[in-house]
Amino acid sequence: MSASVRRIHPLPVRIAHWINALAILLMVLSGWRIYNASPLFGFSFPDGWTLGGWLAGALQWHFAAMWLLVLNGIAYVAYGLASGHFRRRLAPVSPRAALRDVADALRLRLKHADLAVYNAAQRLAYLGAIALGALIVLSGLVVWKPVQLHALGALMGGYEGARLVHFFCMSGLVLFAIVHVAMVAAVPRTLPTMITGRLEEER
Amino acid sequence: MSMDRKFARHRGPAVAQLERRLFLRQSLSLGALALLSGCAVSDDAQVERVLSGMSRWNDRVQGWLFSPSRLAPEYPESMITRPFPFNAYYGIDEVRTVDAAAYRLSVGGLVREKRAWTLGELRALPQVSQVTRHICVEGWSAIGKWGGVRFSDFLQRIGADLTAKYVGFKCFDDYWTSIDMPTALHPQTQLTLSYADAALPPDYGAPIKVRIPTKLGFKNPKYVAAIFVTNTYPGGYWEDQGYNWYSGS
Repeated sequence: MSASVRRIHPLPVRIAHWINALAILLMVLSGWRIYNASPLFGFSFPDGWTLGGWLAGALQWHFAAMWLLVLNGIAYVAYGLASGHFRRRLAPVSPRAALRDVADALRLRLKHADLAVYNAAQRLAYLGAIALGALIVLSGLVVWKPVQLHALGALMGGYEGARLVHFFCMSGLVLFAIVHVAMVAAVPRTLPTMITGRLEEER
Repeated sequence: MSMDRKFARHRGPAVAQLERRLFLRQSLSLGALALLSGCAVSDDAQVERVLSGMSRWNDRVQGWLFSPSRLAPEYPESMITRPFPFNAYYGIDEVRTVDAAAYRLSVGGLVREKRAWTLGELRALPQVSQVTRHICVEGWSAIGKWGGVRFSDFLQRIGADLTAKYVGFKCFDDYWTSIDMPTALHPQTQLTLSYADAALPPDYGAPIKVRIPTKLGFKNPKYVAAIFVTNTYPGGYWEDQGYNWYSGS
């Protein structure tokens, strides 16, 4: 038996992935504290799950980490488009394949035969996360600058509309992160590949 | 959103200091900054330095994003929030009042005419009004109608140095804040004498507030006693505790 090693995650993707994981964590935890200052709905996040200690501290973290999130996101998307990474790994998604794989995933029957190839459910989830990432940044910019970005805000129902869009994008991304981490827990050999980029296979 | 809850959210400086320390401890316990800056965290001050450095950077970015001619949206009067929420760093039962007849607005710093103004003199100047959205740093917003003197007219009338960096405000409820000159000269920045077409009531800052629809609520000072023009950074009550100074909309 000989082992073969394949590089399945390019270095720029791995760097962007982990910077993004940190940025999202900082944004979500500080964002929850900001939410608590004036809750949109009838609940608050437990203070122990938040970052910043009080509103001003949370705002400082949020508006510092936003640079990390946005600059890393731009670099990642630019790389994904220019290198063909998105085209090779994320497209195309046929609706039928996506439905089949999502159904399999729900029945815990999804096969990860080849970790170098994303199944349709994964492609759909990753594309969705990227879209939510773009929308959460745009809605966040409107909440930050409702006057200067008034035209963009009008598409979201103005300042108050953008607050809602921002909240629901956060909810979607947190849901994605929970499922994503659960899937890694279910198929643990995916974790080292996102660190080393290497997939060792016996044949 | 209940009014009581809103007062409760505002804290005195002592509590704020305490919470500030708590915030730093939590920050460190996450160990996030070590990753963020790529260097070992040696003390609380280092975390604070990085974060306040980013806040200063965001001041500059907001200055670049600010358009001196882009207007805050105006709304029909039917959309005015009733009642418009009271908000201050203290409760509504602690609102301070002054005798309108004895009131004088003092003017100082880099201005030609340093004389004080009576309310009658300010009311005699050309008046404007606006129905705009007040956005609080906490996230909530409310629409109100404010009337008074266009602030840029007033600055020109007192011979202010319009190339100076800052306009500062001192209030008789011991609040203070400051804004950049481009925002001071924005056409919607207003020396406000009225709310909903009646004399500004005590809850909303009588006898004078400064309405700035391109800034967050806490940058809109109420109970204004003195206005000064300066090149020395004046800070502010909340700004000095860690809220972003520029806080533009």
